[in-house]
Amino acid sequence: MSKVRVLVGTRKGAFVLTSDGKRERWDVSGPHFAGWEIYHMKGSTADPNRLFASQCSGWFGQVIQRSDDGGKTWTQPGTPPGESTTGPGGMPKGESNKFVYDDSKETGKPLTTHQWYDGTQKPWAFKRVWHLEPSLTDPDTVYAGVEDAAIFRSTDGGKSWHELAGLRGHGTGPRWQPGAGGMCLHTIILDPKNPKRIFVAISAAGAFRTDDGGATWRPINKGLYSKYIPEPTAEVGHCVHRIALHPSRPDVLFMQKHWDVMRTDNAGDSWQKISGNLPTDFGFVIDVHAHEPETVYVVPIKSDGEHFPLDGKLRVYRSRSGGNEWEELSKGLPLRDCYVNVLRDAMAVDALDKCGVYFGTTGGQVYVSPDAGDNWAPIVRDLPPVLSVEVQTLA
Amino acid sequence: MIRVILPPHLRGLARISGEVELEIAGHVTQRSVLDALEARYPMLSGTIRDHITQQRRPFLRFFACGEDLSHEQPDAPLPDAIASGAEPLLILGAIAGG
Repeated sequence: MSKVRVLVGTRKGAFVLTSDGKRERWDVSGPHFAGWEIYHMKGSTADPNRLFASQCSGWFGQVIQRSDDGGKTWTQPGTPPGESTTGPGGMPKGESNKFVYDDSKETGKPLTTHQWYDGTQKPWAFKRVWHLEPSLTDPDTVYAGVEDAAIFRSTDGGKSWHELAGLRGHGTGPRWQPGAGGMCLHTIILDPKNPKRIFVAISAAGAFRTDDGGATWRPINKGLYSKYIPEPTAEVGHCVHRIALHPSRPDVLFMQKHWDVMRTDNAGDSWQKISGNLPTDFGFVIDVHAHEPETVYVVPIKSDGEHFPLDGKLRVYRSRSGGNEWEELSKGLPLRDCYVNVLRDAMAVDALDKCGVYFGTTGGQVYVSPDAGDNWAPIVRDLPPVLSVEVQTLA
Repeated sequence: MIRVILPPHLRGLARISGEVELEIAGHVTQRSVLDALEARYPMLSGTIRDHITQQRRPFLRFFACGEDLSHEQPDAPLPDAIASGAEPLLILGAIAGG
């Protein structure tokens, strides 16, 4: 019988929630890495028992963890204890927690500056990994989206990381600026039909695409309108919160921007607004039904100044027409006095026949709908603030 | 024998309990202690000092014999009581952020 494994990253540790295909009774394992922030965990589709986790701390920095048994045990994939940390030539080895921007003459780009909150320029400095995206085909290859915004790749199971410097260095970097959460690369989407194509999104720079496996990149923000920046239709500078696609149709992307829900039908060459009848089109998450490419989910949040649901009612909105026409989904969700937020990486869908939809809140709840959003129930109610939710559908 | 006490988060990361005991050949300094610590526990590389700059991470402090040695030069000798193992080197996380 099929089952699901939900990977939850929180401010104070990681939790693994498992259930059978009914998704009614749940086992909760955790906290793993108690006391550490877990920005993101994700499993490999090539080897579902291989999980990667981004563990970080303002005190101790970044750590990458890997599990090869579905989250039962974890190790850092770097140098094992007692083994030399230098290679044969005496050079330090790459380590699993070592993210160094590539400014080498051979492959890298000069470590330039980006815009700071006050408009001045500031050099790139690594802070943390926001998102881990395992390869769709190779269990040893995984991408990391980091703050300050850049994309790294590991091809040895997370032991060592190398920047794809063409993104940071393609030329628009000095116009990127941090969003309220920092200048983070938070979304990485690997095109399931074109292994050379990757989409990423950065707050607050926008969306970008490579068509050559990460060597060169270009902004894909035409059609975005951000009234809060000096030039609302600028090539970069947009605060994109999240992008999602359906694997069967990778040229169609859905975006939750700071304000506005958007759609492209040409892999980002141009975007159209599809906010339609949403009560507010500010929000963070967006996702697509596993079997219906035109069914999209968002969680509207009141405003950029008030990061909680409208009227204290936590509601998911679903469009079955690819946008513009949205229906409220609230059965089983709190409809009074609810002032939580749902952060950008905290929604996921499973691939069971009846698509399950999941999201986590800053109040520590993780909700599941086993019927595509019609009915909701909490899996857990009292975790630390939830930073990310991913789900694996297991045979 | 040098004794080092790590903050709980790093003990958990390195999967150790209690103090760490290190043998150090030559001068006992912050750098030589951290080099030996990271050689024994590579997962601690980058968590106490930056991988590249080797600067102490801002929210960590080094204490020994009741004194804050955080701003001492990395190659300055540590107190004799540390070098002899009579006292441990304490690596502390600042109380910040709740």
